[in-house]
Amino acid sequence: MNATLTHYLCIGCPLGCRLEVEDDGNDIVQVRGHQCKRGENFAKEEHKDPRRMVTTTVAIRGGELPRLPVKTAAPIPKNRMQDLADELHKVVVTAPINLGDVILANPLDIGTDVVAARDIAAV
Amino acid sequence: MRKLTSPQLKSSYDVIIVGGGPAGLAAAIGAKEAGAESILIVDREQKAGGILWQCIHPGFGLHHFKEELTGPEYAQRFLKQVEEEGVAVISDAYVLDIDKERQVTLMSSVYGMHSIKAGAVVLAMGARERTRGAIHTPGTRPSGVLTAGLAQKLVNMLGYMPGRRIVILGSGDIGLIMARRMTLEGAEVLGVFEIMPYANGLNRNIVQCLHDFDIPLHLSHTVAQIHGQERINAVTVAPVDDKLNPIADKGWEIPCDTLLLAIGLIPENELSRQLNLRLDPVTNGPIVNSAMETSMDGVFACGNVVHIHDLVDFVTQEALSAGRNAGEYALGQRRPGDNIRLVPGNGVSYCVPHTISTHQTHTVYMRVRKPHERCSITFGEVYEKKLRYAFPAEMITVTLKPEFLETFHGDALVVDVHDRE
Repeated sequence: MNATLTHYLCIGCPLGCRLEVEDDGNDIVQVRGHQCKRGENFAKEEHKDPRRMVTTTVAIRGGELPRLPVKTAAPIPKNRMQDLADELHKVVVTAPINLGDVILANPLDIGTDVVAARDIAAV
Repeated sequence: MRKLTSPQLKSSYDVIIVGGGPAGLAAAIGAKEAGAESILIVDREQKAGGILWQCIHPGFGLHHFKEELTGPEYAQRFLKQVEEEGVAVISDAYVLDIDKERQVTLMSSVYGMHSIKAGAVVLAMGARERTRGAIHTPGTRPSGVLTAGLAQKLVNMLGYMPGRRIVILGSGDIGLIMARRMTLEGAEVLGVFEIMPYANGLNRNIVQCLHDFDIPLHLSHTVAQIHGQERINAVTVAPVDDKLNPIADKGWEIPCDTLLLAIGLIPENELSRQLNLRLDPVTNGPIVNSAMETSMDGVFACGNVVHIHDLVDFVTQEALSAGRNAGEYALGQRRPGDNIRLVPGNGVSYCVPHTISTHQTHTVYMRVRKPHERCSITFGEVYEKKLRYAFPAEMITVTLKPEFLETFHGDALVVDVHDRE
């Protein structure tokens, strides 16, 4: 097994710490460069199972605006982002909607819900 | 018909806040904390909250709320808090003038012209985007050339796609974020072109918005020519020389139907100019003291109208403090004046506030001119802060405690950045 040293840029917060993950070929040996626990966890996850929050919009009928911002309730695997965005293009909801309302429950079996990110009143 | 918020207006308020974006909302909460009773926010949009409503991406609130929120969630939390605190918010209204006695003239579709007395005023007008005119890009003047923030509003709030084949000029955060948005919405983003040898946006956006989607970032490149009659149909891009001029014979043409500009923000200071406030030629915002008070008595300023912030959390922090100071001013409390000027020195483009005092702890925001690794920020000989790196795109926050200043007897502290061995 080859030992590797891989560099990541932390995206857990806007500070953008430079992270370094030392891997002995089987498992992570050490994470360096983080300034918080969040950064250390991010480096491990990015190394083993990269995930992202997805934020996009869905169409909304009868509301004060034609688009409703939505987000995944938890980060999803990085390689499923586009599939989820495409799935959400098909969705049309009806106002009123409240922040936190579940728009799609576990779509495409991604392991989390898609929820509304703001209130939109009916007009 | 849209319902506008229209509370009963009083003839005077302790604090009047111009602008209901993140800075204005936090300033209202700060003023309330300081004991101000009557507070009015005047916002020109249909609904206060400012740019946050169109910033649907996550990354907000980690400092202030200790959790990661999207822009709309951040706005909604603040609006709710402001409402609960009994702050009056009027939308669809403009402040036209503020006189020396802080008589504020505003115009609104609901109230018409109105003159209201303010104990203190907070300017929180935010910023606007630089446009093509600011950089004089040669070529025709077709449709399909727009700022990234406008595209963001069209896509995220109004549901219009500005185009399908997109080139982005400038690596500012809004441009990077729009590269991801347009891709997720099914458009093809052909590349991001940055004239400087380093990216202008936050690193995390480069990773999350470009690398994740295999969108190329061309540093030291610019758009040299715009083509197309009615609608843009191509751009010529080219590398630039060390004077930032395009090298024409190394250029190439990219067919596209949209050019998004993410070339920076300018503080929105029409009102500040009209009030003859002293402005900083580097930040393009008002010169402020450590209370965030401008050169006009009782008129405070915070947020992007003072200097461009990269994080809304820092806007919130600065605005809470400006609001507190405005609240205290309105209640007749005066604190000691500042006795030290901060002078941007070697490698430092600006510091805010522009003056500080020796009697309390200060938070100083600053930017460096070029990227550094392993460097120190020094305040004269009284304080040194070591940094692993410093980038122009990342605002630096320094906390200066009174004990650092005990041995300092001058009236100007020069702030420098030095490389360390």
